Amino acid sequence: MKFEVTRRRFLVGSSVAATGLLTGCDALVTNTSVNDILQKAEALTMGSQRLLQAHEPLAREFTEADLSPTFKANGTQMPDSEDYARLMEGNFADWRLVVNGMVRTPLSLSLADLKALPSRTQITRHDCVEGWSAIGKWTGVPLGLVLQKAGIAPGARYAVFYCADEYEKTLDGSGQYYESIDLVDAFHPQTILSYSMNGKDLEVAHGAPLRLRVERQLGYKHAKYVMRIELVDSFKGVWGGKGGFWEDRGYEWYAGI
Amino acid sequence: MTSVTDHETVRPKKILFYRHSFAVRLTHWLNVLCLSFLLMSGLQIFNAHPELYWGQYGADADHSFISIGAFQDGDTIKGVTRIGSISIPTTGVLGASTVDGELTPRAFPSWITIPSFQDLATGRRWHFFFAWFFVINGFVYLLYGLIAGHFRRDLVPSKDQLTPQHLAHEIGEHARLRFPKGEEARRYNSLQKLSYMAVIFILLPLMVLTGLTMSPGFDSIVPWLVDVFGGRQSARTIHFITASLLVAFVVVHLVMVLVSGVWNNLRSMITGYYGLSVDTDKETAK
Repeated sequence: MKFEVTRRRFLVGSSVAATGLLTGCDALVTNTSVNDILQKAEALTMGSQRLLQAHEPLAREFTEADLSPTFKANGTQMPDSEDYARLMEGNFADWRLVVNGMVRTPLSLSLADLKALPSRTQITRHDCVEGWSAIGKWTGVPLGLVLQKAGIAPGARYAVFYCADEYEKTLDGSGQYYESIDLVDAFHPQTILSYSMNGKDLEVAHGAPLRLRVERQLGYKHAKYVMRIELVDSFKGVWGGKGGFWEDRGYEWYAGI
Repeated sequence: MTSVTDHETVRPKKILFYRHSFAVRLTHWLNVLCLSFLLMSGLQIFNAHPELYWGQYGADADHSFISIGAFQDGDTIKGVTRIGSISIPTTGVLGASTVDGELTPRAFPSWITIPSFQDLATGRRWHFFFAWFFVINGFVYLLYGLIAGHFRRDLVPSKDQLTPQHLAHEIGEHARLRFPKGEEARRYNSLQKLSYMAVIFILLPLMVLTGLTMSPGFDSIVPWLVDVFGGRQSARTIHFITASLLVAFVVVHLVMVLVSGVWNNLRSMITGYYGLSVDTDKETAK
């Protein structure tokens, strides 16, 4: 019997083969034990970067000449809540940053209180997980100073940032944006709570009145519209339990790469 | 077999010789696995922002010199790939391709990305896992190549292979798809050696270094690397171009494997043994 590979047969054959391969790949992608193995790479990345960052190097700082002409605003650009609208109307005079959880003295700080503290200005590159970068100038109070003021209770390991925006409208509120970093990053000199961008008050699209800058990690760690900082010893019980809005949706908690 | 016309008595003999060591074979196939997954997950990551820039920064408002996008055209969409100021219609493959029977805006089509659907988080997880795997495998290979003399013995072209006449001759032979036979087939030809060395010592290290340069954490550790590539966005562009060159290498490599004796080549990369015809007269005369 002669087997003739016609064009039609070839096309049908190769599309069946391609579909088989694709379903095979997607089956691997959705397999939880495969995912567990793949996720081990995150610990390897974080471990090796932390090892090589033992001398606490700074992220590159640029000059005014390097600023992006337009700094792309990403994620939420206007929180959709009445509370936020009210705060914005009052020019954030009534806004307070709450610092609580595993601290000795819980704090409630106004924007004026934060601005009265020593500040740091840095021109840094913002790297989005999607692949783009923008350079901006940020002024704010080092997070370490605020945490020292509150006094960290023994056992605290992470700072969790609760934001005013709900990035994904959900009935149970689990679309609320939040982020977290550990104390190594929290006390890094370039980790600041920023209230000013490119020499002006932080715009709403960029997280007014206060956003976190955690240089050396990707953009989604830089929580905007920060309302409260809670010191915790674990993420258990905080929304999805992975330490952040995007982390709960599959992204790495350590976003140094 | 045609080369021994002047000796009627001499018959060529088929022999098998051990060409590829276990270490080379193992790291070769692991590399195939790693690079396949790295490419497919890399294209998934690229799809999240299918534009390439040059310099330190680059986002929507900045000038990109390569972009793969889609635009609305009546009640359908068209895919377009732009390189500099040249726009090429690429509907069906790049910019817009079929997802569940429907033309959808997508830089690279679903059949070449992992996962097939849009999912940056999963693409990254696969990419970084196989990046580690690739780097470890690469180090094992480099260490072996240096210690066992594999580079010196098999990859560095000998003086006679580098003369202009010899190179011109090799290029001519390759163009006619004629490959060395007999004793000469015991070693790689000069074009083979040069392209393997370019891949091993230039393209693959460039992939790792430009990849690392995209990491803000790594940039704080080795800031000068960002300058070597002219910025994070330039590094991203070089990462993409180098990946394209590697794909081009693999295409040529596979064609060469096919036309220069596919079963012999495959056997040698699986079992280690490569078959060649030797002049029995010469063998005994030695």
